[in-house]
Amino acid sequence: MSIPGVSKKINTAAGMGGAVIGVITISSLICSLIYDFILTPLDLTYLNTIVFILVIAALVQFVEMFLKKTSPALYEALGVYLPLITTNCAVLGIALTNVQNGYNLIESVVAGFGTAVGFTIAIVIMAGIRERIEFNDIPENFRGMPIVLLTAGLMAIAFFGFSGIL
Amino acid sequence: MTGIIIAAAVVGCVGLVLGLFLGFMGKKFAVEVDQKEIDIRAELPGNNCGGCGYAGCDALAKAIAAGEAEVGACPVGGEPVASKIAAIMGSEVGSSVKMTAFVKCAGDCEKAKDNYKYTGVEECTVMPFVPNGGAKACTYGCMGYGSCVKACPFDAIHIVNGIAVVDREKCKACGKCVATCPRHLIELIPYDAKYAVNCASKDKGKDVMAACQTGCIGCMLCTKQCEAGAITVENNVAHIDYKKCTGCGKCAEKCPKKIIHVTHA
Repeated sequence: MSIPGVSKKINTAAGMGGAVIGVITISSLICSLIYDFILTPLDLTYLNTIVFILVIAALVQFVEMFLKKTSPALYEALGVYLPLITTNCAVLGIALTNVQNGYNLIESVVAGFGTAVGFTIAIVIMAGIRERIEFNDIPENFRGMPIVLLTAGLMAIAFFGFSGIL
Repeated sequence: MTGIIIAAAVVGCVGLVLGLFLGFMGKKFAVEVDQKEIDIRAELPGNNCGGCGYAGCDALAKAIAAGEAEVGACPVGGEPVASKIAAIMGSEVGSSVKMTAFVKCAGDCEKAKDNYKYTGVEECTVMPFVPNGGAKACTYGCMGYGSCVKACPFDAIHIVNGIAVVDREKCKACGKCVATCPRHLIELIPYDAKYAVNCASKDKGKDVMAACQTGCIGCMLCTKQCEAGAITVENNVAHIDYKKCTGCGKCAEKCPKKIIHVTHA
């Protein structure tokens, strides 16, 4: 969602990346805490998805307040995509992966942070490519969103090439 | 059954804690928004045209609320908006003269000569890259490719017979066309102005006459007529200072080329 949405300018993309890093790292921490110390002892692990969503939604609200106060320009630039971090699959995804893989607290935070940094790298590269694409002579049918989705697809293939190497 | 109650209690507690946290942080990170700013923003037209010189209506509302801009700073809203904003700010409306855009060229298809036939991109802004700066013999006049028409957010400027003409009723004097015209032909003049010089050619009189039937030749007859000293000739073209102009019309009478008048669309 946010990949095509805010990847028009590198600065905005980096701001989005920063916000996502903050949200994912903190949500990994809190989710891991809640899972280990509340849900597991009470045998309520099946509640993980709903509780995690709750945590993430609250965190995104907090990040929104924080940015509005500290960086109104970035807040304006991110616009509707800032609250939409809530629905960013990566955020919930990493919280669930953490508990699925049985990571402890520190492992969860590191995994969350790493995922978020990966997201940031991807969106910043995307923004860089899109800034260049602006000047290209693209066939009319591909202008706008289609070329962005194609770019995303090609990038995904390129990143896929790395999996297994590292 | 107890399982359900415990589950509900856990989710409820988590929600409660997060809610309290958010409420607390909301207080702590509250952004003070001036009520005046919100009211002023509601009065502004909301076109975000940038005619006031600020980034948009939000930015102007902020500046007015902070006292950095005048209450009548919005050229689009004009008097009605200015008085409403003045009421919000509790100050009197300054004298804001209604302005309108004016294209300083009357060299339409009949009056101005073309050097050649141009069939390229119809965009004024590419003309500097075309031989002799475009087909028109006069290198100062309106080229009529309508970059200003595209720039106008109010549909107030149109190409009529090869030159741009402003519809004074629709014009909000936002200044978009002024900034767009690559030949700097468009000027903001008072809406009430009866006289304006319809030429911007800095060429000498002879060259002007060779290129166009209706150009200012810089003869200075108008300056000699003007009792208020409002009209001056600089770089071979006359210019009226509207702060001094009394609208007597003597310059227009004497002008041998009859180019001092306001064309109505």
